[in-house]
Amino acid sequence: MWNPVIGLEIHVQLNTKSKIFSPASTNFGSEQNTQACAIDLGMPGVLPKLNEEAVKMAIKFGLAIGAKISDESIFARKNYFYPDLPKGYQISQYEIPIVSGGSIDITVKDNIKKINITRAHLEEDAGKSIHDLFEQESAIDLNRAGTPLIEIVSEPEMHSADEAVQYLKSIHSLVRYLGISDGNMQEGSFRCDANISLMKKDSKVLGTRAEIKNINSFKFVENAINYEIKRQTNRLDNNEEIVQETRLYDPSKNETRSMRSKEEANDYRYFPDPDLLPVKIDSKLIDDIKNNMPELRKDKKERFLSKYGLSQYNADILVSDRELSEYYESVVNHDGIDKKIAANWIITEVLAYANKSNTQVKSFPVSPSDLSELLLNICSETISNKQGKDIFSRMWNNGEKANDIIKKEGLQQISNTSELNKTVDNVIKNNYKSVEEYQSGKEKLFGFFVGQVMKETGGKANPKIVNELLREKLKK
Amino acid sequence: MDKNTVIKIANLAKIDISENKVDEIRLSLEKILNLVDEMNSINTDNMHPMAHPLNLKQELRKDEVTVTDERDLFQKNNKFTKDGYYKVPKIID
Repeated sequence: MWNPVIGLEIHVQLNTKSKIFSPASTNFGSEQNTQACAIDLGMPGVLPKLNEEAVKMAIKFGLAIGAKISDESIFARKNYFYPDLPKGYQISQYEIPIVSGGSIDITVKDNIKKINITRAHLEEDAGKSIHDLFEQESAIDLNRAGTPLIEIVSEPEMHSADEAVQYLKSIHSLVRYLGISDGNMQEGSFRCDANISLMKKDSKVLGTRAEIKNINSFKFVENAINYEIKRQTNRLDNNEEIVQETRLYDPSKNETRSMRSKEEANDYRYFPDPDLLPVKIDSKLIDDIKNNMPELRKDKKERFLSKYGLSQYNADILVSDRELSEYYESVVNHDGIDKKIAANWIITEVLAYANKSNTQVKSFPVSPSDLSELLLNICSETISNKQGKDIFSRMWNNGEKANDIIKKEGLQQISNTSELNKTVDNVIKNNYKSVEEYQSGKEKLFGFFVGQVMKETGGKANPKIVNELLREKLKK
Repeated sequence: MDKNTVIKIANLAKIDISENKVDEIRLSLEKILNLVDEMNSINTDNMHPMAHPLNLKQELRKDEVTVTDERDLFQKNNKFTKDGYYKVPKIID
C-alpha cells in the first residue's frame, strides 16, 4: 500500500507594466519579439535593473501567507541552455529568497488543512518556443522573456490530487485577491509543476519523485497527478524502480511521459548574479504594504455571513473569486433587493450560464446593474421567479434589458388582490360542480382552480396570492 | 578533480574541448580550487557573507515602460529569423 506525497511549485506572473529587469512592456498577445528589448535578449553590455513593483508584490504575497520577508535578499544565475532563454541563464533566487515560510489553509471534504510553504522567490520568465509554425525549425518569441514571476514552493504535504488542486485554487484565489496577478491560466500567468512520490504506508522515508512540468489548468493537475500515482503504484507493485526525472503531461492522451531534453540540464550551477546587488528591504516598506492590504477572502467571507446573512455554502462560492464577490456586492447595493435571493440567483443562474460559455466575470454580458434591475422585479413580485429565468436567458444571450422585456411582453405579474379577487370569484361561479366535488373531499381539484385563474389572467397572476385566495374562498 | 568532471563541466557550459586538452584544463582548474581551499581555511564564522564585492544595495526602478519596439534593429544582423521570429533547430519534448 502506497501513500502519495505531493509538493507543488507554482509560477505566478506578476501583473507589473514592465519586465522585472527591463523597461519593456509585459503586455500579453503582442506581435512576436516586439517587446523583447536589449536587456531581455541578453545583449552584451546591458545591465538588469530591478522593478520596484515586482518586489512590492512579492512582499504583499509573503505578508498574506504570514511568511518571513528577508531584509536582505539576493539574485542568482540559474545556468542552463534552452533556446527560449537567450542569456544562457535565468535570473532567479537561490540562497535567501525574498519570502520564506508561511502557510495557507485549504478545505478538503469540509476539513480545513494547513499547507506550509517553503519559500517564494522572484525570477524572470523565459520566452516561448513554437514548434508547429515552421517545418524545419522551432520559432522563438521572446516577448515573455523577463516577465516577473514569483515561484511558490510548497512543502510536500499533500496526499491526493484533490488536496493539490485545492491548494492550487487557494493560491490562485489569493494572488487575485491581492491584485498581484490576473491568474489567467490559458495565457500562462499561473502554472504549476508537481512533484510526486509514493511512500510505504507507515514509513517515514520518502520515495523517489518525478516532477511533472508546466501544467496549466486545475483539471490537468488533477488528471496528471492521478495518472502519475497510478503509474508509480504499478511500477512499485511490480518491484520496478522509480526514476527521478522530469515528465510532461499530455492532456490529449491523459498521460505523463519522460522529458529527455531536461535530463542533463539538472545541474544549474547557481551563483550570485554579479550584475545585481543585494536587495535591502526596510521595515517601513513592509509596514506601508501591510497597511494597504486589500480585504482577503477569509475576512470577506466573515463579512458576507454577518452583513448579508448568507449561508456558509453560498458565501464560500461568492468569495472564491475576488471579481465574483465584487459582482455580488454591486448587485445587492440597491434598495429592495433581497441579499439571499441575489446570492442564489448568481450561484444557480449566472454561474450556470458563465460556466456553459466559459465566461470570466469581467466579460459577463449582464452587468451588475442589469441583474439588479431584473432582481428588483422578482423581489417586488412584479414577475415570477420562473419568468425571471426566461428573461435572464434573453439578457445573457441577446443583451436585452429586463425592464424592456417585461414591458414589451406585458409580463407584469398581477399581484393586485382586488383584481385577482374578481377573477377567483368568477372561476368559482363558473365551476360550481367542481366546487362541490372539491368541498366533498376531492382535494386534487385544487390545481384545476389555480389553472383556471391562470388561464383567465394569461398566466400573469401571482401564484402565491391566487393560492391564498382560493383556499380562503373554497372553504365550506 | 578527475577527468570526467572536466568533461561534464565543459558539456554543461557547451564548450568544445579536445581530448588532449583535458588534462591541461584539469590542472589549471585544480590550481583555482586550491586557491579557493586556501581562502576557505580562514575562519569566517562570525562574518556576514557578502553576495557582491561592492558593499552597496540594489537600486530599484519605477515600474514604467520606457522602451519601444526595436525588433528590426535587433534582427537586422541575424539571418536566423522569419516573420519576426527567431529560428532555432527543432526541439520537441
